[in-house]
Amino acid sequence: MTPERRELLKRTGIFLLMALVLIVMLFPFYWMILTSLRNQVDNTSPVPVWFFQPTFENYRNVIRENDFLTYTWNSFVIAALSTGFGLVLGLPAAYSIARFKQNGLALGILIARLTPYITYLVPWYLAFRALGWIDTYLALTLTHLIVGMPLIIWIMISFFEEVPIELEEAAYVDGASRLGTFFRVVLPLSAPGTVAAAILAFIFSWNQFLFSLVLSGPRTQPVPVAVFNFISYGQIDFGGLGAAAVLITLPVVLLTLVIQRWIVTGLTMGAVKG
Amino acid sequence: MKRASDFFDRYAQWLFPLPALLAIAVLIVGPVLANFYISLHNWFIGLPPTFVGLDNFQEALADRRFWNGVRNTFYFTLLAVPIQLVLGLGIAVLFNREFPGKGLVRTIILLPMVATPVAIALIWALMFNPSLGVLNYFLESLGLPRSLWVANADLVIPSLVMVDVWEWTPMIALILLAALQGIPGEYYEAARIDGATGIQAFLHITLPSIRSAIVVALILRTVDALKTFDIIYVITGGGPGIASETLNVFAFKTGFQFFRAGYSASLLIFLMFLVLGVAILLNLARRGGK
Repeated sequence: MTPERRELLKRTGIFLLMALVLIVMLFPFYWMILTSLRNQVDNTSPVPVWFFQPTFENYRNVIRENDFLTYTWNSFVIAALSTGFGLVLGLPAAYSIARFKQNGLALGILIARLTPYITYLVPWYLAFRALGWIDTYLALTLTHLIVGMPLIIWIMISFFEEVPIELEEAAYVDGASRLGTFFRVVLPLSAPGTVAAAILAFIFSWNQFLFSLVLSGPRTQPVPVAVFNFISYGQIDFGGLGAAAVLITLPVVLLTLVIQRWIVTGLTMGAVKG
Repeated sequence: MKRASDFFDRYAQWLFPLPALLAIAVLIVGPVLANFYISLHNWFIGLPPTFVGLDNFQEALADRRFWNGVRNTFYFTLLAVPIQLVLGLGIAVLFNREFPGKGLVRTIILLPMVATPVAIALIWALMFNPSLGVLNYFLESLGLPRSLWVANADLVIPSLVMVDVWEWTPMIALILLAALQGIPGEYYEAARIDGATGIQAFLHITLPSIRSAIVVALILRTVDALKTFDIIYVITGGGPGIASETLNVFAFKTGFQFFRAGYSASLLIFLMFLVLGVAILLNLARRGGK
């Protein structure tokens, strides 16, 4: 075999392997969409139906008959509120860790990341029950804070570290206070990071299942819990499940496109750097 | 007004993180301590608690279902993490080159780990369906026998591992890809001039250079695999029987289906120490190896 042919074979092999990896990663999403667009007869055929006349019946059913818009609104309110509070609490903390090198605080947040979420849930449940907070946005917002705030802090530490300290010092010389400098110099310079951190916190609150499963109720149920209950009690409506899964996933995918560069930092909580 | 601002400036170091610290104290430290207190009681949700000392812990150690949970937790983790690590490394090496559509590919790789776990679990549950699922169709197309997947007690954990591998291998791949891109190209040129083969370069340059990133990925994934809840609870609920019931799922059912808050709290203390212990051990191994 000539070297050119070997090179060509190698390139083809690599290309095929890459394609295989991407197909495997995408297949469940493809299947989700296919299932959502097929009618029940095609979905329950023993041999998969690959080609069919797509129907939006499943989407119509899920949205109309299952109060999907209410659940989506619940998810949105909880994610938006917990992200908002997460920013209010997390931004100054991240700034403080970045400027004053508070490694102890950073370690505390890491331990919160390690502790199984369910450990908090038994005491929370007992406390919220006693307070009458079960099935309130308040309880869900507070608990989702545990998911979002650490993500926000971890992403923002690296953004705040990149703000040149000279700019802050210049503001102090001009008589600005620490707080004023934080709001008028540091935050505007790190606006892109804040947006990325906020979107990531929003996504992870949107995806949260465990806390919502226990602490929500008929009035505050977010989409993941509603869809889970819909399979537990109803008959298996494949198309409906597919449509519901697509509807939950779509906002996450769209937001992911905006902040893709920051997702790994958020998930690994800066561990790679340190 | 000037006073307040002076006061803030002097104690800025403590005042900036104060709100977050309060939230952490109330929402994290408080519950963890409360969990110890609850674990010492016979506490049915809705009924008054009675103090029982360490009875809950003794009961756990004698409980067949507790040990089943421990076994399943380790089985799941020890099967899932090594597979993810090897595949993640392979994918990172494979994609660490210039090719058209690189940006698009990176986005595709992100999708499994950001998609809502409940949605992922539902789709996999449909694909696992023994009579109608597409996975059995693939097996048959390849001339292989059909499988019961999650409906078979022996296959349920390997099947759930498949889902976890699909969901989280991408994260390992992305961590390692970032590390690979930090290796200076001159290293490889020098090795080639010295006559090293591709495999030698991989073993003597690539692996040592990304060693620390590999360990970080290993720690993160091990800790998270020990705590896996969503996909197991949604796909199997711990079944068939208790064949896929991990410590996490068992503690959840004990607390929120059987309403035994005290016993659940004691199970969670075992789980917490297990996770923290493994994290500390792996971290020590990382430092010791350096």
